[in-house]
Amino acid sequence: MNTPNQNRPVKPFWPPFVAGIVLGLVLLLTFVLSGHGLGASGAANDLVAGVGLQLVPEATKANGYLGPQVADGSPLGSWMTWEIVGVAIGALFGAFMAGRFRVQLDGERSVGAKSRLVKTLVGGILAGFGARIAGGCTSGLGLSGAAALGVAAFVFLALFFATGMIVSRLVKGV
Amino acid sequence: MFPLNDNGMISGLLCGILFGYVLENAGFGSPVKLSAQFRLNDWAVFKVMFTAIVVAAAGLWLLRIGGLLKPDSIAVPQAAMAASAVGGALVGAGFAVGGYCPGTSVAGVFSGRIDAAVFIVGVIAGTAGFAAFYGATLKSLKAAGLIAEGDTFTDVYSVPEPVMLGILVAALIAVFYFGSWFERRRGGPVTAEQAVAGAAPTP
Repeated sequence: MNTPNQNRPVKPFWPPFVAGIVLGLVLLLTFVLSGHGLGASGAANDLVAGVGLQLVPEATKANGYLGPQVADGSPLGSWMTWEIVGVAIGALFGAFMAGRFRVQLDGERSVGAKSRLVKTLVGGILAGFGARIAGGCTSGLGLSGAAALGVAAFVFLALFFATGMIVSRLVKGV
Repeated sequence: MFPLNDNGMISGLLCGILFGYVLENAGFGSPVKLSAQFRLNDWAVFKVMFTAIVVAAAGLWLLRIGGLLKPDSIAVPQAAMAASAVGGALVGAGFAVGGYCPGTSVAGVFSGRIDAAVFIVGVIAGTAGFAAFYGATLKSLKAAGLIAEGDTFTDVYSVPEPVMLGILVAALIAVFYFGSWFERRRGGPVTAEQAVAGAAPTP
């Protein structure tokens, strides 16, 4: 599992200022093209609603949260679901070209495989549930909402970082 | 006149590919790099986010005063204070425990990380759980502290947009200044080699 990538030398990450400028331009392009910003948890939402509609159509239509979302058909194939497919392609291309693709269970050596798997699962559940409460996650609400100067985005980011700093002192996640 | 309001497949794929490419190149596919922000020894998350926010916000403002972008045409998150605070706290806790947020976990999987795939399973389970528990309590949480005046700082607190941009630029400079100071004192940011090697064993 821990075989190093022998094909390409590992290239350094972009300096944060460069990555930030490029990310800002990508976000600006997204606003200009689509009228809204980037996102991520929205794709999980569309996936749950769309798959739910296929597997358990009656329960999904009757659900107070998902019902209104599937009233006009399946949200699979929405802009957000295609965007996440794009994120996967872009990240794979970036990692491969820079010699940074490596199959591993990251955190196995620091906290142990079992502990790492439990923590990442619990972390995902918390983030998925929290993103539905807020109506977005770090990218959709935090990044995109802040660029649109939304009050909610800065409240989200403040609580996101404050809680993250406290919890990371109590639990060693990775 | 922008925006084009193009919500088709090509628009989504294009924005997503660029987003994923930047996330990976910033180092945000690595949970070690990401969670180092909370330990204050790597400020890349703050630095990249604040820079991107300033660039995009300034760009939107310039397009608007240049007459290229329709006023009030860009999606702004609803100013639901309680939901943003509680949701932000839960996503932050999930980030600290799991090492990712929903977007960066996709970058994690596609740079080869199995733990990121498990994180995504969790995100989907959390989303389904929210829908399952959606009732009076969650409904009132989402509606609590809703600001009626509007959603942006300009609408709610009458802060002119150029002033907001100035505040953000000042915050950006502060993030870079204090962030780099912390990084120097705490052994520097996580390098690509360290990130690819995975989280190091605890000494």
